[in-house]
Amino acid sequence: MAVIKNLDELKAIQSQTSERIDETKCRILICGGTGCLAGGSGQIYDKMCELIKDDPDVEVHIGPEIAHGDVTVHKSGCHGFCEMGPLMRIEPQGILYTKVKLDDCYDIYEKTIKKGEVVTRLLFSKDGKEYEKQDEIPFYKKQTRLVLENCGQIDAENIEEAIAVGGYQAFAKALFTMTPEEVVKEITESNLRGRGGGGFPAGRKWSQVAGQKEKIRYVVCNGDEGDPGAFMDRSVMEGDPHKMIEGMLIAAYAVSAQEGYIYVRAEYPLAISRLRLAIAQAEERGLLGDNILGTDFSFKLHINRGAGAFVCGEGSALTASIEGNRGMPRIKPPRTVEQGLFAKPTVLNNVETYANVPMIINKGADWYKSIGPANSPGTKAFALTGAVKHTGLIEVPMGTTLREVIFDIGGGIKGDGKFKAVQIGGPSGGCLMTPHLDVNLDFDSLKKLGAMIGSGGLVVMDDKTCMVEVARFFMNFTQNESCGKCVPCREGTKRMLEILERIVAGQGTLEDLDLLDELGNMIKDTALCGLGKSAALPVMSTLKNFREEYVEHVVDKKCRAKNCKALRRFVISPELCKGCSKCARNCPVGAISGQIRNPFTIDYNTCIKCGACEDACAFHAIHIED
Amino acid sequence: MLDKSYYEKADEIIAQHGAEQKALIPIIQDIQNEYRYLPPELLSYVAGKIGISEAKAFSVATFYENFSFDPKGKYVIKVCDGTACHVRNSLSVLDRLYTELGLSKDKVTTDDMLFTLETVSCLGACGLAPVMMINEDVYPAMTPDKAAEVIRKLREEA
Repeated sequence: MAVIKNLDELKAIQSQTSERIDETKCRILICGGTGCLAGGSGQIYDKMCELIKDDPDVEVHIGPEIAHGDVTVHKSGCHGFCEMGPLMRIEPQGILYTKVKLDDCYDIYEKTIKKGEVVTRLLFSKDGKEYEKQDEIPFYKKQTRLVLENCGQIDAENIEEAIAVGGYQAFAKALFTMTPEEVVKEITESNLRGRGGGGFPAGRKWSQVAGQKEKIRYVVCNGDEGDPGAFMDRSVMEGDPHKMIEGMLIAAYAVSAQEGYIYVRAEYPLAISRLRLAIAQAEERGLLGDNILGTDFSFKLHINRGAGAFVCGEGSALTASIEGNRGMPRIKPPRTVEQGLFAKPTVLNNVETYANVPMIINKGADWYKSIGPANSPGTKAFALTGAVKHTGLIEVPMGTTLREVIFDIGGGIKGDGKFKAVQIGGPSGGCLMTPHLDVNLDFDSLKKLGAMIGSGGLVVMDDKTCMVEVARFFMNFTQNESCGKCVPCREGTKRMLEILERIVAGQGTLEDLDLLDELGNMIKDTALCGLGKSAALPVMSTLKNFREEYVEHVVDKKCRAKNCKALRRFVISPELCKGCSKCARNCPVGAISGQIRNPFTIDYNTCIKCGACEDACAFHAIHIED
Repeated sequence: MLDKSYYEKADEIIAQHGAEQKALIPIIQDIQNEYRYLPPELLSYVAGKIGISEAKAFSVATFYENFSFDPKGKYVIKVCDGTACHVRNSLSVLDRLYTELGLSKDKVTTDDMLFTLETVSCLGACGLAPVMMINEDVYPAMTPDKAAEVIRKLREEA
């Protein structure tokens, strides 16, 4: 691949490649995101290639390079509809096939590729209606995909496809037609707020770094997406890595930085390899490195792999980790913008924030502000998971309500359960319940409710989820991940976890609830870093919104969701029991006895509440007491 | 004392990343990739080579969960216990694997050095919860039975 030497060459590549893509009679895009790959999309890709390449009638091209051909096969990034994966999109018709299996490949090839017919059994259907086009499916229809616009639409391993859909044009616009000050001004005016959780205005960070006396500056991308239940950044890194790299380039130009780092979780091997490839291709094309596009602007980009520490998602811990130190937060000030990486001024934003930058430069701050509420403009990507029908990756304008997200896009609750709560913002966030369904999802509205948008994980919970156990789960996570530097977080989370463990074991008291509240407030007020300060939020928000469940656990020793093992009591319904003795034979502690053909009974002094009897009973005669 | 080849490999890896402090983590990540664990002798060796104290090198290596001074099995199984997996009952998968492999929280690697069983806070494949990862492959929508079946197959292959 030749180096792109100037703006004209970049524009020429864009028009040539987009023309070639338009001329292609059939483009097959197979989702190559982590989710679909796990479902077997890699083999489906191979199978489709194999079927097509032997056909003498079609001129075919396989693989990432762009070439002429009637049919092209690609591995794209995440299409978002993970629940229905593996997914396959057929262009230009815009057909989306769901739950594709290896055996389906032949039909797709024979019918769709050769004759242009639709294989209806692979279409998404709901309430008897089949949806041929991806855009018509309710899951997609209600979304506004801007950051994710190319995820699933382009080959994730090919820089030319990214250029064809407008990649690096915003960077070129900034580089050739704007001064660094104008770029900072545009981003500041757009009121783009950090998507990593804090919601700090990106423009303010940039202008502070640009204003420092020190001339060596860094641009760092936080891809250490550690919140359990969040995978937005992973999908961007895997599906459209060039958008994020372009955002970093624009930031580097705006603050005159020479070097940049991307810090990615070690748990995301695919994101790391796609980014490596993207950086290598951008270097080859002269879009990274020295004298970019023939100017005197130079920028080098490195990747650092995380090593399994959640706390490294905190700014000062992340920079410490890149420097080769223990990833522990430090006292601020000095702030990252003054003394960040290697004690130099540093712009630190997360993946999604950088991915927002190119469109702001392209279309302007006024356009950006027209999306969503004035105080939180733009869109937000969410990972919608848990007890919801359509799990996946979504993007909606800020200010969309929870109800729209969970019921319109997510299709409501899975199975026969009832909506109970949604956990938002991961271990730093809170649980919202039915009365909050109509609240707008934006930074400020959620903060008022004691929750936060966080990085964008939305875990939906139904009535089979115990909120006390959820609180214990998060506290266990935070306690494990506490770096141990400051006492409030190190000791406070440990004590809170002990209390929660006591409560789910049926040994809690009412005083424990007050103690939890007191400890939580203390940690919130005194912990060193943002993660510590918010560590108690999941407990405090459940304690506030679901207090009656806590009270039931400590006073009545009952768990209404039947989650907490110690509070379960198995009973045998005498009218259903046939007296077959299967339960007694399966009981590991010999707690069940009785006479054959007569109802059996459980000895509660011996029972260890393991549930083996319930699983063994063929007549559904054993259940947990309400 | 480790075989000479270990030190040669370490030299090679150090040369790739540069002998400076900021390269410590990438260097020991590559060493761990190579040997499936981080031999403590090599960590001391790397510290000397890149000009930091042994204490410093050990303080960093022990801070991060990914580094292990104990040899790991050929297949490192990471059962995801992130929120989405947790609410879709990932613990039952973990329990079954503990039984299936004869392992516990305190003993994480099988004696035949085939399997190491760990939990991970989130693999980011929440849409397919509950999931587990074996080396770099993600296994979606696990149930205790499916997980046991995967183990059985890997045993046969090994």
